[in-house]
Amino acid sequence: MDNSENVRKAIKQVSRLMAVIFMAFVIIAGMLVYLMVDPTLSAFKSAPSTEEYVSVQESSEEQLSEEDFDKIENGIHVRTGLLEAEGLMEVVNNCTNCHSAKLVTQNRMNKERWIATIRWMQETQNLWDLGNNEEIIVNYLVTNYPVKKKGRREILSNIEWYELQE
Amino acid sequence: MKRRNFVKNTVLGTMATVIGTEIVFGTSMPKGYIPLALQDPDPFKMFNKDKEMVVLNDKPWNIEAQAHLLDDKVTPNKYMFIRNNGLIPENIDANNWTLTIDGESAKQQKTFTLSELKSKFKHYTYQLTLECGGNGRSEFDPPAKGNQWTVGAVSCATWTGIRLRDVLAEVGIKSDAVYIGYHAADVHLSRNPDKEPISRGAPMAKAMQEETLLAFKMNGKDIPMLHGYPLRLVAGGWPASVSGKWVNRISVRNKVHDGAKMTGTAYRVPCTPVAPGEKVKDEDMCIIESMPVKSLITFPKTGAMIKRDRKLNIRGHAWAGELEVSKMEYSINFGSTWATCSLEKPVNRLAWQHFSASIEFPKKGYYEVWARATDQQGVAQPMLLPGWNPKGYLNNACHRIAIKVS
Repeated sequence: MDNSENVRKAIKQVSRLMAVIFMAFVIIAGMLVYLMVDPTLSAFKSAPSTEEYVSVQESSEEQLSEEDFDKIENGIHVRTGLLEAEGLMEVVNNCTNCHSAKLVTQNRMNKERWIATIRWMQETQNLWDLGNNEEIIVNYLVTNYPVKKKGRREILSNIEWYELQE
Repeated sequence: MKRRNFVKNTVLGTMATVIGTEIVFGTSMPKGYIPLALQDPDPFKMFNKDKEMVVLNDKPWNIEAQAHLLDDKVTPNKYMFIRNNGLIPENIDANNWTLTIDGESAKQQKTFTLSELKSKFKHYTYQLTLECGGNGRSEFDPPAKGNQWTVGAVSCATWTGIRLRDVLAEVGIKSDAVYIGYHAADVHLSRNPDKEPISRGAPMAKAMQEETLLAFKMNGKDIPMLHGYPLRLVAGGWPASVSGKWVNRISVRNKVHDGAKMTGTAYRVPCTPVAPGEKVKDEDMCIIESMPVKSLITFPKTGAMIKRDRKLNIRGHAWAGELEVSKMEYSINFGSTWATCSLEKPVNRLAWQHFSASIEFPKKGYYEVWARATDQQGVAQPMLLPGWNPKGYLNNACHRIAIKVS
């Protein structure tokens, strides 16, 4: 009897001890978790933070589901703004990894100069060998983004007229 | 024991989860740090730029102003063009930022902390014109490759810092020094750590000018991240690519600096004039130094309609690289006649100058107001495109705006 009483007491003590240890763990864990979230303990500081935060935005790529990734709308490849035509995906896959498609479409060059530009990127910018895709890409570019004649000075165009109030 | 293990595991599990979410949300990101993943959508919000700024390229970021946005006498950050050659550096820590001076022609290699630079050397403030060498490239025919800047790759902000020459004097420069070249913390587009996106510089004479600064403030505040926080070399009047951002090392060279975008055709024009479209060998291309004379009408915005009985007040800025602008004119008849604008002196050397005029139109109709600046050596802006060059630099043709009088 004495023995079982002792055992019961011991069990009670152990479980009390365990409870205390458990509580201590919970508190410590809670504090650690808080430190993780707020390492500077800013919530306990009364001075308002003057730091500027950059808004965290999901990139448009993440917002698009997989099937929308290469969506075409009104003849435009939505993700890059490139025109839908033969060779589009070769251009997307080879020309928009390192730089924006904007850099491609704002440049209008003939075949010879596009090839020279590709060579320059291969020599200096780590562009890979394009293989058979090179011809497809260059054809896409000269067909869909042909050179515009500008002469020595273009006329002013796309003027948005407005009443000047002064 | 089992229970303790269970508790321990749970706690660890919770912590792991927390660490996971912490990484995702980046709550402990250093101040001003924009992770590369976020170098994406809304640049206007992200970089504090005005919505009317025009994005030419988002990888790397290249954004320009429009003429009417540059109306302020001192360009505020929101209207300042962005020209990046690489990716914005990650993990910038201004507290541990250092600048090393080295190179064949430095008497010793010496490293300064940012706070040492700030405390050891006298501070100077200048308003300095920074124009991209390729500003106006979009007008060249045949077209030149690269970002198709129109008119807005120019700014004139106030820069505060220390003189590069004071730092060079402290380190000691050998008599055979020819050039300085900067090195910076930005990342090459290919992410190859062995490649620098850009590492340009200037001859010693430019490096030693009073106005050539190692700047840590722009318009009285810390330099914005996009413009080179925490330390930028600023060399006004020269292609803005000389004004290296995020600078952490300056090499004093015994030859012309041969860093990225110093060689080949980058920031170079043919040493002798060439026909449009002509091929030019690399060795026949010369480095651009001072930018040419140029001006912008910043008010009104092109497209203004006014009544016949009203005068049109125009204003803008003019600059001439290393030189001063001595005369400013406008024409409303495509250069048949020119009238003089009033022109202010620059606040300091290498700052742009402000001009204004009041125009009366003889009759109703469509007009263009053309502006033409002339530098102190009598060199004026051309009305047509200046000499064609393979990379489309130095287009300083007259700026013009369209006006309708009814």
